Amino acid sequence: MKTTKEISLGDIAARAEELRGENMTLNMGPSHPATHGVLRLSLELDGDTVVKCDPVIGYLHRGDEKIAENMTYNQFVPYTDRLDYLAPLANNVAYAIAVEKLAGLKMPERCEAIRVVCCEMARISSHLLGLGVYAMDTGAWTVFMYTFNEREKLYSLFEELTGARFTTSYTRIGGLTRDLPEGWLKKVEVFCDGVLKVIDDVDKLLTRNGIFLERTEGVAPISKELALAYGLTGPNLRASGVGFDLRKDKPYSGYEKYDFDVPVGTKGDCFDRYLVRMEEVRQSVRILRQACKSMPGGAWYAEDAKKIFLPPKAKIMTKMEELIQNFMIVTEGPQIPAGEVYFEAENPKGALGFYVVSNGGGVPYRLRIRGPSFVSLSILPVIIPGNYLTDIASILGSLDFVMGECDR
Amino acid sequence: MEAAVLTDRFPRTQVLPSQDMPTYQVAGEDLLETVRFLRDAQGFDLLADLCGLDWKDRTPRFGVVIHLLSTTHKEYVRLHVGAVNDAVPSVSSLHPGANWHEREAFDMFGIRFDGHPDPRRILMWDAYPYHPLRKDFPLAGIEVPLPAADVAEVTGQSVKPAPMMGGPFVSPGGKMSEGEPSALDQSWNEEKPKA
Repeated sequence: MKTTKEISLGDIAARAEELRGENMTLNMGPSHPATHGVLRLSLELDGDTVVKCDPVIGYLHRGDEKIAENMTYNQFVPYTDRLDYLAPLANNVAYAIAVEKLAGLKMPERCEAIRVVCCEMARISSHLLGLGVYAMDTGAWTVFMYTFNEREKLYSLFEELTGARFTTSYTRIGGLTRDLPEGWLKKVEVFCDGVLKVIDDVDKLLTRNGIFLERTEGVAPISKELALAYGLTGPNLRASGVGFDLRKDKPYSGYEKYDFDVPVGTKGDCFDRYLVRMEEVRQSVRILRQACKSMPGGAWYAEDAKKIFLPPKAKIMTKMEELIQNFMIVTEGPQIPAGEVYFEAENPKGALGFYVVSNGGGVPYRLRIRGPSFVSLSILPVIIPGNYLTDIASILGSLDFVMGECDR
Repeated sequence: MEAAVLTDRFPRTQVLPSQDMPTYQVAGEDLLETVRFLRDAQGFDLLADLCGLDWKDRTPRFGVVIHLLSTTHKEYVRLHVGAVNDAVPSVSSLHPGANWHEREAFDMFGIRFDGHPDPRRILMWDAYPYHPLRKDFPLAGIEVPLPAADVAEVTGQSVKPAPMMGGPFVSPGGKMSEGEPSALDQSWNEEKPKA
C-alpha cells in the first residue's frame, strides 16, 4: 500500500544549512558586454545571489599621469580626449580651466560661453549613450537606436567645430583652437529641438515600462550617507538626494549666468539614476539655448596671455615679436608660474578633477587626474552583494562609468 | 573656516601659501584626528581626492595630498602630509572612498598606508615590482616578466619597455633637432643618456 508523506515549507527551512550548496566564484569581464569596457568583476555567488564582489581594474591603464610629466601643457590636451572618451570636449575644457587657474588667467566672455556650449553638448552626448546602453543592458534594444541616432548628429556638429568627430582636442591653455564656424549656433539650436523629441520618446519607451521598472526600481539603492562617504559625484550623487552640482555651487566658465535646475533623486536606486540623467539632458538643452541666444562677441582667447597662447597666424607671419612668441610657446610650452591648483569640473560622469603642481616652465611637475568613474566603481563591493547576478547589468549601467577615465 | 580653527587645535599644523583654497601641512600623527575634525565639526563631508607625490629632493621624499570638499559650505580644503619612512596613516576608516585612492598611491609611489584594510596594488598587476610614478622610474618602462606565468613559459615573452622612436614624442626617422618638442626623460634614447 502506498503511503504519502506531507512536506511543509517549515521542514525545508529547518534544513536550510544542509541544503546550502557551496559558493561559486565567477569571473565577469574584462571583456563582457555589460561591463562597458575592460572592467573585471571577481564575484562570489551563492546560487544566483552575489555574496562578494571584487572589481579588478587597470586593464586600460596607460600611465597618463606619467606621460603628462614629460610633455608641455598643450601637448597633453589630446590625452584628455581619451579620459572620458564619451565626452572629450568636457575633458578638454576641465583641463584647460585647471591650468589657466594656475596661470591666473581670466578668459574673455565669448571663450567662456563657447566652452559652456561644448560642455553641455558633451553632457548630452554622454548621457544619450549612457541611457541607450543602460536600456540595452536591461533588455530594451530600441532606445539605443533612438539615442545613438541623435548622437550621430552631435558628432557632425563636433566635426564642424573641431575638425574631429571623436577626439576633439578643442581647447588650448588660454583659449581654443579656433572660433565658432559661421552659422554653427543655428545648427545647434536645430539639434536642441530634435534631441528633446528623442528624450520624450525615450521617456515614453522606458519610464513606465514594466520590465524596465522591475529591473531598476529599488535595485542597489545608495543612501545619501553612503554616497558621500564614498565620494560619489555628479548624477550618481544627486540621485541619492544630495543636491550638489559644481555648476551651481562652484560656478566656473560663467555657468552662473545661465538659468537651469539641478535634478535630485530621493531613493538613490537604479531608477533614480536613470531619471536624473533624463532630466539633465533637458536642462542641458535649456543651457544650450540660452548660450546660443546670448553668445557674446569679441575675443575667443586670452589676448593678454603672451607666453601662453599662440598669437594669430597673420601676426606671426608679419611681426617679429609674435614670431618669437610663437616659437617659444611651441618649443618650450606655455609658461605657467610655480604653484599648485586643484580644479574640479562638473562632467557628465561626475566631478573630473585636475591637480596640477608646477615648478614653473612649460611642463607640469605632477598632474593628477581624479576620474569620477574610478570613484563610482569603488562603491561596487558595497552595493552589489545581496543582488542577483542579472542585476549587475542594471547596476553597472546605472552608474554610467567609462574605463578610460577609471584606469587613466 | 578660519585657519586658526585648525592650527589652534593641532599646533603642529602649518598654513601653506596657496592661490585656490586653504592649504595646510599636517603632521602624520595628527592626520586622522584632523580629517575627523574637519568631517564632523567643519562639514567637510566628501573626500574629493587623495594622491601621492614624489618630491625628489625633499625629506621625506614622498607626500600625500588630500582634497576635502564640503557639500554644505561649498568649499575645498587641501591637506599635505609628508610620508615619514614612506608611510602615512590611512583615512579610509573615516572616508571609505579613500580606499581605492590609497591603493593607487601605494601602487604608483610605494607609499604605505598604515591601517589600510586592503593594501593591494590596483592599476598594475599584483606581482609588478616597481612604482611607476616615482621620478626615477623611466618613461619607457622597465622590462618585467609577464603577469601570466603560464603564458610566459610557453611563449618566452616578457613586458618590454615602450618603443619610443616613432612614438608620440619623437618624429619618425632620423635625428631629432634640439628645438623639437620632446619628452623630458631621454633615458630611452641612446644618443642622449639620462642626465
